[in-house]
Amino acid sequence: MKRLAGLLLVVLALGGIALAQNALLINGAGATFPNPIYSKWFDDYHKANGNIQINYQSVGSGAGIKQATDGTVDFGASDGPMSDEQLKAYSDKHGSALLHFPTVLGAVVPTYNITGVNASLNFTPEALAGIFLGRITKWNDPAIAGPNKGVNLPAEDIVVVHRSDGSGTTYVFTDYLSKVSEDWKNKVGKGTSVNWPVGLGGKGNEGVTGLIKQTPSSIGYVELIYAAKNNVAYGAVKNADGVFLKADLTGVSEAAAGAAKNMPDDFRVSITNAPGKKAYPISSFTWLLIPAKFSDAAKRDAMKGFLKWALTDGQKGVEDLSYAKLPKEVVAKELKAINSIQ
Amino acid sequence: MATSTTTVPSAGPSAGSRSFLSRLRNGDEIARIVTFLFAASVVLITVLLVLQLWHDSSLARHKFGLQFFIKTIWDPINEDFGALPFIYGTLVTASVALLIAVPLGLGAAIFLAELAPQKISDTLQFFIDLLAAVPSVIYGLLGIFIVVPLMRVYVQPALKHSLGFLPLFQGPAYGVGFLTAGIVLAIMVIPYIISVSREVLLSVPRDQREAALALGSTRWESTWKVVVPFARSGIMGSIFLALARALGETMAVTMVIGNTAKLSASLFSPGYSIAAVIANELPEASGVSLEALIELGLVLFLFTFILNGLARLLLVLTTQKGSGMGHV
Repeated sequence: MKRLAGLLLVVLALGGIALAQNALLINGAGATFPNPIYSKWFDDYHKANGNIQINYQSVGSGAGIKQATDGTVDFGASDGPMSDEQLKAYSDKHGSALLHFPTVLGAVVPTYNITGVNASLNFTPEALAGIFLGRITKWNDPAIAGPNKGVNLPAEDIVVVHRSDGSGTTYVFTDYLSKVSEDWKNKVGKGTSVNWPVGLGGKGNEGVTGLIKQTPSSIGYVELIYAAKNNVAYGAVKNADGVFLKADLTGVSEAAAGAAKNMPDDFRVSITNAPGKKAYPISSFTWLLIPAKFSDAAKRDAMKGFLKWALTDGQKGVEDLSYAKLPKEVVAKELKAINSIQ
Repeated sequence: MATSTTTVPSAGPSAGSRSFLSRLRNGDEIARIVTFLFAASVVLITVLLVLQLWHDSSLARHKFGLQFFIKTIWDPINEDFGALPFIYGTLVTASVALLIAVPLGLGAAIFLAELAPQKISDTLQFFIDLLAAVPSVIYGLLGIFIVVPLMRVYVQPALKHSLGFLPLFQGPAYGVGFLTAGIVLAIMVIPYIISVSREVLLSVPRDQREAALALGSTRWESTWKVVVPFARSGIMGSIFLALARALGETMAVTMVIGNTAKLSASLFSPGYSIAAVIANELPEASGVSLEALIELGLVLFLFTFILNGLARLLLVLTTQKGSGMGHV
């Protein structure tokens, strides 16, 4: 028995040494929204390049930024761009910058449950802001009924449902509301969690959907991916060009293409309420946060290789998982930026 | 050997070095040191926990001071935080839970320990232990899918209709809220009350019962007037355990409480609890937001501490007033 245990130890030790010599381990942490595609990417990339293993913990954007800043992971990931203060905190600590790289796109959709209404509803930005501010309280309010001619909306009180957990979904939705409503911007603002004027909180997309399904006359917001996968009905939103659009992947990519022309060099850009007739207004990039300077050259080369692959070959599998692809212009600009990583 | 057994095992410091060695060889001293270290580690962990929470919340503590306890706003964007709605929600849901769970749990325990046949008692105890082991997320799911619709469609309209004149039962019926969270918590803590109380009641000496019966009391009188008071401290213990669980429960509460940071007299109103907001917002929080959440953790610790202290005080006071019966 003892001999067997000893043998086992030797084998394990040798195995450990072999692993340590061959595999380059890179650790990342951050946003939960892109986790399915990131997991697939890291897995596919590992299969193609057996010596590179990338681990990703989907702990949330805030935690991802924190861990990247603390230096406990090699890279971070976030659904919202980092603030100037956050970037400064990073460069103060590390003496170099943290770079944003958009990877895929997502969208947020309004979902609702009104007894007796099966039609897909149209929402104006004013109606959405009014509902979530608690100013529009009845479903038959002219602001909602106006663009929904022919739908018999009841005189019921609206029950607002929002996310209770901090999330990138909330960031995108409140970023949109801040752009379309001056009142929202001043009273509530944008963030992963905000001080909601009205409504119930549900934990996660599933918590919000669960509450909406069970509560008559309710409205909330969820990720497009979640709505698509779970057959959750959702409404159309009026975009900046005045067209009512139901979210789909083309509409989201279109919003990004509109923004690509004025893309800042650090890629920190919000594409909510983007111009363009076909642009879905509540869309957003999600970003990988990569250090501009690596102390480990092997890790740097692996990370650069992965980024290039994800932005080119990796983009092909994106739509199978209901993410929208990056527009070509953005990819071209990013590929240039990758070269600046030292 | 026969002579050495006459010394009391806890003689300790007065014993000489030779007997220390022999006790070491016997294992007594080793056992004493090892178990002491285990016991001390509990205290150490508690102290370190508080120190860490205290240290990590320094920014928030300095910024808000005592205002933290009375402010009702929770605004992560403008970094303005107050704990009152969460403290209120935690206390209200725990109170509702205990109001329901204590009579139910105690009644069930009395039945199982005193009145039920042994076989039925043991079988039921098996199921109760099973209930205590169910993960809280399962209770939360049952809460969302069964309790919440029942509350919205039947219970809340009925309460509004019959007791609607009380501010407790007014306002729109969403299904989620303080009352629903309290009910789900009650279901979760009842097994603790039953299990511990039953054990305590069973351990009451037979002579107590026999003496009461011999004095001419009925079965129920002997149970209610003699056995239950005798087991009082143990029953109180089971209630503390239930209270601690109710105060700290996170998952099940956040699924049914509505997660809205506001104060409301109505039990129908959605609310928020300390544990729920920490679980919800911690992953995305940074800076002052994070520190405010950690300070909330400190507040929860403080409240658990105070409530436990009060409960112990109550126990001491009632035991002295009673006929001075033993501890369990």
